[in-house]
Amino acid sequence: MTSLIKDRAAFETRVLRVLRPAVITVLALITLFPFLYMLLLSIRPIEELLESPGQLWIGPSEWTLRTYREVLTPAGDGGQGFLGFLANSAIVSVAATLLTLLVSIPGAYAVARLRFVGRRQVHFLFLAVYLFPSILLAIPLFVLFTRLGLRGSLAGLTIVYIAQTVPVSIYMLRNYLATIPQSLEEAAAVDGYSRLQTLRKIILPLAAPAVMANALYVFMIAWNEFLFALLFLVEDRADWTVSLGLAQLSGGIEVSKTVLMAGSVVLTLPIVIIFFAAERLLTEGLTAGADKG
Amino acid sequence: MKGQLTARQRENRAGLAYLSPTLVVVLVVVVLPILWTIMLAFQRIRLINLRRVGIFGQYTLANLETVLGSPGFWSSLWTTLVYTVGSTLGSIGLGLVAALALRSRFHGRTLVRASVLLPYVAPVVAVAFVWNVLLSPQFGLANDWGVRFLGWDRPIAFLSQREYALNLLGWQVDVPMALLTVIAFETWRYFPFAFLFLLARLQAVPADLEEAARVDGAAPTQIFRHILLPQLGAVIALLSVLRFIMTFNKFDDVYLLTGGGAGTEVVSVRVYEFLTARFDIGAAAAQALVLAAGLVVLLVIYLKFLAPRVEEEEEQ
Repeated sequence: MTSLIKDRAAFETRVLRVLRPAVITVLALITLFPFLYMLLLSIRPIEELLESPGQLWIGPSEWTLRTYREVLTPAGDGGQGFLGFLANSAIVSVAATLLTLLVSIPGAYAVARLRFVGRRQVHFLFLAVYLFPSILLAIPLFVLFTRLGLRGSLAGLTIVYIAQTVPVSIYMLRNYLATIPQSLEEAAAVDGYSRLQTLRKIILPLAAPAVMANALYVFMIAWNEFLFALLFLVEDRADWTVSLGLAQLSGGIEVSKTVLMAGSVVLTLPIVIIFFAAERLLTEGLTAGADKG
Repeated sequence: MKGQLTARQRENRAGLAYLSPTLVVVLVVVVLPILWTIMLAFQRIRLINLRRVGIFGQYTLANLETVLGSPGFWSSLWTTLVYTVGSTLGSIGLGLVAALALRSRFHGRTLVRASVLLPYVAPVVAVAFVWNVLLSPQFGLANDWGVRFLGWDRPIAFLSQREYALNLLGWQVDVPMALLTVIAFETWRYFPFAFLFLLARLQAVPADLEEAARVDGAAPTQIFRHILLPQLGAVIALLSVLRFIMTFNKFDDVYLLTGGGAGTEVVSVRVYEFLTARFDIGAAAAQALVLAAGLVVLLVIYLKFLAPRVEEEEEQ
């Protein structure tokens, strides 16, 4: 009996020794390959792709940057105008990030530290943001923004992004703020700091990593967002974000696929750079508290 | 005035003041729209008469009747359910495999761990486009290689074919091709999310517990079944709920991959169609409402009947 169990353990260990590297390889392949494919296609002449779609690698001598030039050139000059889309995306995402932090930092501090009426009920409000489909919010917002003249404006979109990201932002920051010892605040109060001064001069510097992770997270959500951009900005090409521009153009047949691949690279690159630069910060921020069960 | 307030009262005020910007934003952009949708769902509204309707409009059940009476709605609700369950199971399953495989140290682990998260952080429009090109019957790599190396008779239209007659050992099975492809995409895009949470939990499992089991001669599958899985139960339950809710409400992925065609029309895409192609705001709102109601019902069922069972299993 004992030997049978031992055999099983030995057998499984041996199988896993082979299986594990195989699984890791497959995982790396399925996650990286689509991005590699994107990059390789973006530097290929379109005729070449249509001729031999199964060929993955082409010699560096055949590489072309024409695709990037076409996708970035303004529409007036015969290009696709992605440079303008990039500017729109950047404006909306940066504005949404800064405003979300401005709203959520005091909010998170209140939820983490202060006892007030309705503190326990706040979570139900946040739950509403996630429980209801965004398409449900989209209808009345579409109507409301049409009436207010905010539809078709980057400001309107920014407001929606703030509402979409504030709850998760508060949740992440609250977890972090709760780990800062209360005694620091008491000491600050003894020194005559007001609550706002304590928040700004004591808490905020200590919470800097969490705030940073949070900012990047919000930026990424806003940069990647598609549905509301589609609903609010679709009418005027000058307002398009990169996501919207790529989605609108990829539906047609006028723009060649390799040019659009260059557009995908342009859309994805900022996110990938941010992500690899701050990977540890981001993953720890997202799963804070998860290891407590 | 301030001096007359107790410290507790002042704290109460400060708390509400600090939270008020959040409350205003969430109230205006989330809560009020939801209430408004409920009102819209019970009014006959098209884009043309939108400006004239107010709170005191004519209320009617006509929208709800139209929606619930149309066969297209029920089939799209069923599609949504299959899509959601398939994607939730897929992403958590693959996430668990990834977490177990990438748990212990090996050369290049940091890099692989970061790469595995890419599908989750990358813009959905870009990755959906890449999948579209990759799977295209005309110039996609998948079909070219499938025909060349795997002996397929002809290219498979992964994203535009409703049913694919698969020959399984002489049996003809109709596979819902486009729906499966969309589920595969969703699994690929969201397994990193499950992976992150599962990995964080796995690393909190005390190492000596596993070490002791190993010394006693327990096989890896036994260690997983009796030591790791019980520790992961709560996180898996939480992930199931989160992924279920998020996928159930999802619009982008299906819209970008198939546009809702070929048997992949989930309710949120249908709502979008009603809103933008038919300008029927009332019917769109009614469908969105039924979607939200369906989600609430499923969650209540889950919390009432299934959630306690998960905990019981953990006890064993």
